[in-house]
Amino acid sequence: MLVNQFLILGAVLFCIGVYGVLARRNGVLVLMSIELILNAVNINLVALGSLQGPEAAVAGQVFTLFVVTIAAAEVGVGLAIVLLIYRNRASVDLDEVDLMKG
Amino acid sequence: MLESIWVIPAVTFASFWLILFFGKRLPKHGAEIGIAALGIAFVLSCVAVVEWNARPADEVVEAGHETGALEEGHGGAEVDDEGHALGEVQTLALESAVEAEGGEGEHEAEPIRSAVERNLTWFSFGGVDVTVGTAVDGLTVVLLFTVALISLLVHVFSTNYMHGDVRFTYFFAALSLFTTGMLLLVVSSSLLQALFGWELMALCSFMLIGHWWEKKPNSDAAMKAFLTTRTGDIGLLVGIVIMFFAAGQTFDIAAINEAALSGAMAETALVAGAAALFIGVIGKSAQFPLHTWLPDAMAGPTPVSALIHAATMVVAGVYLVARLYGVFWEAFDIGAGGVNPIALIGGITILIAAALAFVQTDIKKVLAYSTVSQLGYMVMALGVGAWTAAIFHLFTHAFFKGLLFLGAGSVSHAVHSFEMKDDMGGLRKFMPVTYTTFMIGSLALAGLFPFAGFWSKDEILLGAAENGYRLFEVVGIVGAFMTAAYMTRCVYLTFFGRYRGHGHPHESPPAITVPLIVLAVFSVGAGFLNFPGFERFFELTENRVFLLAGVEHHSFEVFPAVVSSAVVLAGLAFGGMLFFARHLPRGVTARSGAARAGYSFLVNKYYLDHLYTGVVIGSIKGGIARAAYWINQKVIDGVVNGVGIASKRTGSWVYRHIDQQVVDGAVNGAGFGAEGFGGILRTIQTGRVQQYGALLFGASAVLALTLVIFI
Repeated sequence: MLVNQFLILGAVLFCIGVYGVLARRNGVLVLMSIELILNAVNINLVALGSLQGPEAAVAGQVFTLFVVTIAAAEVGVGLAIVLLIYRNRASVDLDEVDLMKG
Repeated sequence: MLESIWVIPAVTFASFWLILFFGKRLPKHGAEIGIAALGIAFVLSCVAVVEWNARPADEVVEAGHETGALEEGHGGAEVDDEGHALGEVQTLALESAVEAEGGEGEHEAEPIRSAVERNLTWFSFGGVDVTVGTAVDGLTVVLLFTVALISLLVHVFSTNYMHGDVRFTYFFAALSLFTTGMLLLVVSSSLLQALFGWELMALCSFMLIGHWWEKKPNSDAAMKAFLTTRTGDIGLLVGIVIMFFAAGQTFDIAAINEAALSGAMAETALVAGAAALFIGVIGKSAQFPLHTWLPDAMAGPTPVSALIHAATMVVAGVYLVARLYGVFWEAFDIGAGGVNPIALIGGITILIAAALAFVQTDIKKVLAYSTVSQLGYMVMALGVGAWTAAIFHLFTHAFFKGLLFLGAGSVSHAVHSFEMKDDMGGLRKFMPVTYTTFMIGSLALAGLFPFAGFWSKDEILLGAAENGYRLFEVVGIVGAFMTAAYMTRCVYLTFFGRYRGHGHPHESPPAITVPLIVLAVFSVGAGFLNFPGFERFFELTENRVFLLAGVEHHSFEVFPAVVSSAVVLAGLAFGGMLFFARHLPRGVTARSGAARAGYSFLVNKYYLDHLYTGVVIGSIKGGIARAAYWINQKVIDGVVNGVGIASKRTGSWVYRHIDQQVVDGAVNGAGFGAEGFGGILRTIQTGRVQQYGALLFGASAVLALTLVIFI
């Protein structure tokens, strides 16, 4: 089994995720794109871990589980923020949310 | 007590703070704290004197042996230039019949009391430990006693003299601090610490001379005293730094003396350092040409004048020379005889100041110039190698000059003026105690047997003669004559003749007269401490440096004493003829001022007086004294003012160009730069999360690329 395919998959997912984060204007989609990035990293962790042998494979999978857990929490917080923005502005367009403009 | 001598300045220092914080709430407004503290300090000083006196002589100094060998006549092998000079001095000393101990052939190094030192490390830098601490020897205990006693009496005197003053409490606080400065100076074992005491006194003299600062002349005088002594202090600082390096990176006074005497110091550094230190002494001890501040300092309250002139401040310079005598001895080759800068400055000061004392009408100014002149004696004594005589004169002078100043204060308390010609005269009848004590002080100052001044002045003259400084002996004798004459004038104008003031003068209350009486007792008795054959004072102050340098102490001799007494009597008689023998109906005023010349021509039967007035006094008054006064006022003050104006101009130029343009420019420039740069940065702060994200990813990508490519 070649590890290349997994790495390429991870890279593709990562690029799609980055594109989504930077280019999409919908806050929910940006959050989803972040999930894509995290999952790209997860694939890399599992793939590279199994390449190193059984012990490292377990370590990579455990690490991935942690990332998934944290990602769930992050999405929870992120969606809550998006929800509040929607309530205040009746829109989830991130370009309109520029209160931090210097 | 000798180990923990630091307690004495600590007590007065505590007194300063206590008076400052609690003085106003106390019934006597802080005076009681000052008097109590000085009382404690005085008692402790007495204890220190007693303990020092009881201390066994435990140290043998080798240099004494060398001179002993010279006396025996086979010391030729070790005679270098200086040894030669010492030998000459020794031979001279041998000739004197009354030479008490030094003349014995088999006499070897005499054991002396070693100084009690106690040091703590203050801070270290570059491997050098800078210490603070106390060093107690005979010189220290003598000065402690003098300073504490005079200061105590001045405090007592001030309770009445300054009664009702607006800043009464403040005045006592400053007096305590002033005393602390002097006490700190005399107990310190390192130059750096001594400098603190020295500067503390400069500060306090400024505060006290300008005590009545509401009047411009007073604050000007304070400023002048401060700045003039400061001019000298530049020299002092430079000197201390030179000494620090020349003596192998130490501020320790004993170590510096040892280094200077052992020849470990480079010749150039030694001479330059000593000269710089001596400039500090000139400023502080009011020697020519920096003596101008002292007469102006009379603007301060009279007790302050007494304290400054008798016990603190001005004698600090003399003390410094005495303390670092090894340095000055080597640098100026004092043992060699002839002429040296210290003796020269002292001698000039004696004559100039004594001449100026003739033309003053303000009683305090007479005393001020007299102080300058007497300080000249002390400096000259140090310059001619008469170390003990200088310290002894410092000691006796403290009492009679303190007495004279407090006496003048008492007089002014009665007549509310210091003008002898306008407001005094005939006070003998009104103020018997002040009159008697003032007379004792004057006679002691004039140096008449058996008063204190006689003994100390005589020792100076003898020292000058024996050490090969004949010229300065003559200067001293002339000075003695002038002193006797101007004091006669002063006493005459104040206490004799007709009362010229207003109102009814009365004797002062006990708070004023008691200090006068105490000081009068000392003015009579202090001289006997060095009575021939007794010489407690000499034994008490004898120290290591003194012996290492081979300074020779000369005992009393009859012939020079008779000569100087005769000169003093002549001076008194001269003054007496001028002032007492002229009971003319027109009184004193007729002889004064511009009318003098014409008046003298009219009264031909006083041809002798006319001769004295016209020729002698006229030449002194009109010529030398006025010229000296003119130089004083125009040249020296001009230079001082010029320096002041120049520094003011430099200051304003620096302010306008450097401060406003360069410094402020830099500061403002930094501000403007930050503002502009912030403006640029502001534009990327859009508030859009995705732009930030783009920057973040872009930057990460660039870094990652760099990582991949270069590593």
